Amino acid sequence: MFENIDLSLVNWSRGQFALTAVYHWLFVPLTLGLSFIIAMMETIYVRTGDPEWKRITKFWMKLFGINFAIGVATGIILEFEFGTNWSAYSWFVGDIFGAPLAIEGIMAFFLESTFIAVMFFGWNKVSKKFHLASTWLVAIGANLSALWILVANAWMQNPTGMVFNPETARNEMHSFWEVLFNPVAADKFLHTITSGFVLASIFVVGISSWFLLKRREALMAKRSILIAGIFGLLSSVMLALTGDMSARTIAKYQPVKFTSFEALYKGTANAPLVAAGILRKDGEKVGERHLPSFVFRIEIPGFLSMLTGGDRDAYVPGIYDYIYGNPERGIMSFSEKKERGEVARKALQDYKTAVDKGEKVRARELAEQFTSAGFRENYFRYFGYAYIDKAEDIIPDVKVSFYTFHLMVMLGFLFILQFAVVLWLLYSGNLERHRWWLWVMLFSIPLPYLAGELGWVLAEMGRQPWIIQDLMPVHMGVTNLKAGNVQVTFWLFAILFTALLSAEVSIMVKQIRKGPAKKEEE
Amino acid sequence: MSRSAGFFIRIFRFYRDGFRNLSDWGRNVWIIILIKLFVIFFLLRLLFFPDLLKKNFSSDPERGDYIRDHLINNR
Repeated sequence: MFENIDLSLVNWSRGQFALTAVYHWLFVPLTLGLSFIIAMMETIYVRTGDPEWKRITKFWMKLFGINFAIGVATGIILEFEFGTNWSAYSWFVGDIFGAPLAIEGIMAFFLESTFIAVMFFGWNKVSKKFHLASTWLVAIGANLSALWILVANAWMQNPTGMVFNPETARNEMHSFWEVLFNPVAADKFLHTITSGFVLASIFVVGISSWFLLKRREALMAKRSILIAGIFGLLSSVMLALTGDMSARTIAKYQPVKFTSFEALYKGTANAPLVAAGILRKDGEKVGERHLPSFVFRIEIPGFLSMLTGGDRDAYVPGIYDYIYGNPERGIMSFSEKKERGEVARKALQDYKTAVDKGEKVRARELAEQFTSAGFRENYFRYFGYAYIDKAEDIIPDVKVSFYTFHLMVMLGFLFILQFAVVLWLLYSGNLERHRWWLWVMLFSIPLPYLAGELGWVLAEMGRQPWIIQDLMPVHMGVTNLKAGNVQVTFWLFAILFTALLSAEVSIMVKQIRKGPAKKEEE
Repeated sequence: MSRSAGFFIRIFRFYRDGFRNLSDWGRNVWIIILIKLFVIFFLLRLLFFPDLLKKNFSSDPERGDYIRDHLINNR
């Protein structure tokens, strides 16, 4: 199943997983944010008793329902892929991945079968307050579901709270709380849900702008823009703050990813932040690999040191520090990590030899070694380096990391500006007169989708070559299937997801054109 | 009729009435959901995505041995 793993298989398997994840993420973030916007609108309806707010709530709830229905269960395919295409990885992660995903599955099932049903079937059948509570529970529950998925993902970025058991060849959870409160998980969760809030806010503002452009439903559109504009402005500021937190955490736990998206090769004090830049292929050479160099860049002097170390004189390590080591700064070289990884791998081999020879005492001693804190921290932590031959292979694609990060950040700041402008125009009563701005907001709907996908590309491609940071490189996690079979499923998914997306867009567009119900009883 | 039986009947009626009174778009998305679940759980799961370790080995110790060998022997 794993012998003679070839690169085309690895690449097709990665491509297949990426395709599924990218499509899945087209459906998820709108659910995360729109559920809260609906809950806020319904709260106003319950408090004021104004039937117009009920009408507005029901309109956006309809779009939420379409998106939710089309997107639901698309993430399950990722779990299938773990079992088929990534079986070594799936086994190796053990119950650490299984536990949060199981919690998510159970939560999602109960949430979706009860409170979403109340949301859609319960109007005029349950009390207003119970209906409102259900809407809030859907919003909270949907975001909590995302928490468990992100906890699982964060563990791959920063494996913690586990002990490797050489007998079962699995990582076993020894602290659920360490896994849950993994610093990467906390930042990832906050950054991801706020990105969903921003996306949903742009979606609501964009569609409401279309109604204003068509001179239809002006009251509904303005009220929707007010709610989504405020929610979006607060969320986009939070998005920038959580993004900053996330970058600091990455600098600590995935430093090579951090240096790659900053394209920082030589560590330095007073390190500048590259606000924008263009890279070309033929830069300095590391081993057999050329790192891209800047054709042009706009820098803010000392700002990267300020952000990561708190002052201008703080030293920010570069990629070379992690390749060649920097003893002065306490940074280990690739070769030293590889030696330590080899020690861990040899210990696993010795364990197997002892078991095969029936040397029970020796096998038990070696198994206990894997549970000792010293061995875990100094050797097993670098287990994956044993499978990497060349130092340059630990550097992800710098161009991809740099451009995805910078474009995502630029879009993030653009959203703050957009929400501020739209709220100002609404407040000053000039929104309908600035028709060009309404067009801008309408055509901005794809932008937060793009920003979210860029974020995920950065998160996943920026941590290459690792499928589990420092523990398992991607090629060791893949199942040795025929590359042709993976290609078939790749195209099957492409067709399936494109069909689902087309169905979503066409049903949504039809319902948007139709607009909200004519009249709503209180 | 006991109180709990009445509760469950009310829940059943709630869902039944909800599905009976589905709007056009509601019907369309339910058709899509059902087709999608069929494709995902029957076609994809059964034909294309077996859990290979479960399929190829009968017990967890065998699976563990296999992965351990993979970690020791492959690079």
